[in-house]
Amino acid sequence: MDLGSVHIGADALIQTSYLITAFLFIMGLKRMSSPVTARSGILWAGAGMVVATAATFFFPGMGNFALMGAAIFVGGIIAWVSGRRVAMTNMPQMIALYNGMGGGGAAAIAAVELYSGRQITSTEATLAVVGGIIGAVSFSGSLIAFAKLQGLIKGSLRFGGQQILNLLILAAALVLGAVIASGYNVTTPVVSALFGAALVLGVSMTLPIGGADMPVVISLYNALTGLAVAFEGFVLGNAAMIIAGTVVGSAGTLLTQLMARAMNRSLGNVLFSGFGDTGGTSSGTAITGSMKPIEASDAGVMMAFAQKVIIVPGYGMAVAQAQHKVWELTQLLIDRSVTVKFAIHPVAGRMPGHMNVLLAEAGVPYDLIADLDEINAEFDGADVALIIGANDVVNPVARNDKSSPIYGMPILNADKAKNVIVIKRGQGAGFSGIENALFYLDNTRMLYGDGQSAVASLIAAVKSV
Amino acid sequence: MTGIVALYIFMLAAFTGYEVIAKVPVILHTPLMSGSNFVHGIVLVGAMVALGAATTPLEKTIGFIGVLLAAGNAVGGYAVTERMLEMFKSSGAKGGGAKGHH
Repeated sequence: MDLGSVHIGADALIQTSYLITAFLFIMGLKRMSSPVTARSGILWAGAGMVVATAATFFFPGMGNFALMGAAIFVGGIIAWVSGRRVAMTNMPQMIALYNGMGGGGAAAIAAVELYSGRQITSTEATLAVVGGIIGAVSFSGSLIAFAKLQGLIKGSLRFGGQQILNLLILAAALVLGAVIASGYNVTTPVVSALFGAALVLGVSMTLPIGGADMPVVISLYNALTGLAVAFEGFVLGNAAMIIAGTVVGSAGTLLTQLMARAMNRSLGNVLFSGFGDTGGTSSGTAITGSMKPIEASDAGVMMAFAQKVIIVPGYGMAVAQAQHKVWELTQLLIDRSVTVKFAIHPVAGRMPGHMNVLLAEAGVPYDLIADLDEINAEFDGADVALIIGANDVVNPVARNDKSSPIYGMPILNADKAKNVIVIKRGQGAGFSGIENALFYLDNTRMLYGDGQSAVASLIAAVKSV
Repeated sequence: MTGIVALYIFMLAAFTGYEVIAKVPVILHTPLMSGSNFVHGIVLVGAMVALGAATTPLEKTIGFIGVLLAAGNAVGGYAVTERMLEMFKSSGAKGGGAKGHH
């Protein structure tokens, strides 16, 4: 066999493998979009990744296998161990971190391509440059998003003229990119300056964005990484990268829009307004009345003899690690033939869907969990709404007080239930600093205490009935 | 691959991505984002090709970092997505997903 036919054979093997990979990825994503099949979806996609990676080792003219093996081994082990260990509450920033790594990978491909000075067409050079900029922005931006959610960077850096500065950095990157893509100057310093500018842009774009908006930003960077991968796929003539990258780019864009809508924000608002720290300067109209406390024993009896209980969990529940106890309480109530449902606001948790993951971790079946549109009509017929760790998302001022900073945000209509029990640590206003009118209603009772111990007392109360 | 064929692939893949995600319920937003994050870990094959062709120390260094990062994206993305999706169970499947919980 001469060398040429070996190459043709290897090429056919690689192309076929990439075709299979593209099929497995799309089927995998499709299956991941329904709770019934989601589990198998990631297995399909995982198989696709293995096929493509294995085939790539046979790429004609490949060298540096030792370096390659070492890089895959080290990167893979670190990511696997951290991915298995990370707490479910920290999942959003972990996704940001892995996403940033992908963006960095795409930028590295562009950098190697441009530094090598290999003859490429101007279209390829343009795509390499654009993909490189997007990848580098996604890389450094995702790292900042990770650091913010992890609490490594506190607060949000904002100053006058920040948007203008960001535009200037973007303009500098684009000019450098044009210089390179046109072939006018492709020397190492210019290429380095391009990537430097893109990395700085990712940092300066992400720093002013507040923690509450971060999930939307992470989702956006996810879509951008997909796009960067697709562009570098064009440069390398790699169909698997073009297809997978583009599918993620468009799916990620849609997902970003869905998330922004679920959080009652627009994408432009998130990126350019510099809000998102929750809570504004005004706290709305003052609320009259008093909060009425209840003992856990009374609350437990009330729930035990109810026909229908709706539980509204918030991130506070997860912080108190009370979700296991909540599920234990739920099972006790179900055994007493009480209908129990969980009402999840789109922004419960730190990103849309995060609370579902946290409840699933505790063992709550997904068919007991309802989202805002499904459940809101049901509060009317509920005997008890149990609020644990949620605050703004059940605050009725969002419906009726135009002066409130959260006016217009869709909320769970917990106030419509016959009785509302709120588990709360103390009497102060919540995390956002906005007074919650729900706490002062005639049908609301406050059960003071730490989330975990309060639910434990409820369990004891239900058991003793 | 010619430019126009690449553009066709790009267009069809964009529609596919949109259609696949269009009707996803909110409860799956986080795992799905994580899943799509895993899928762009395919950048690994590109990084491998780039490192495989690298000659100078600079190219090799960047290629090495690229493969390392891309492998982290693929492996980490898989690990967390699988962990999250593994927990999603309906009440039909009794026994729950709770680990260390009775």
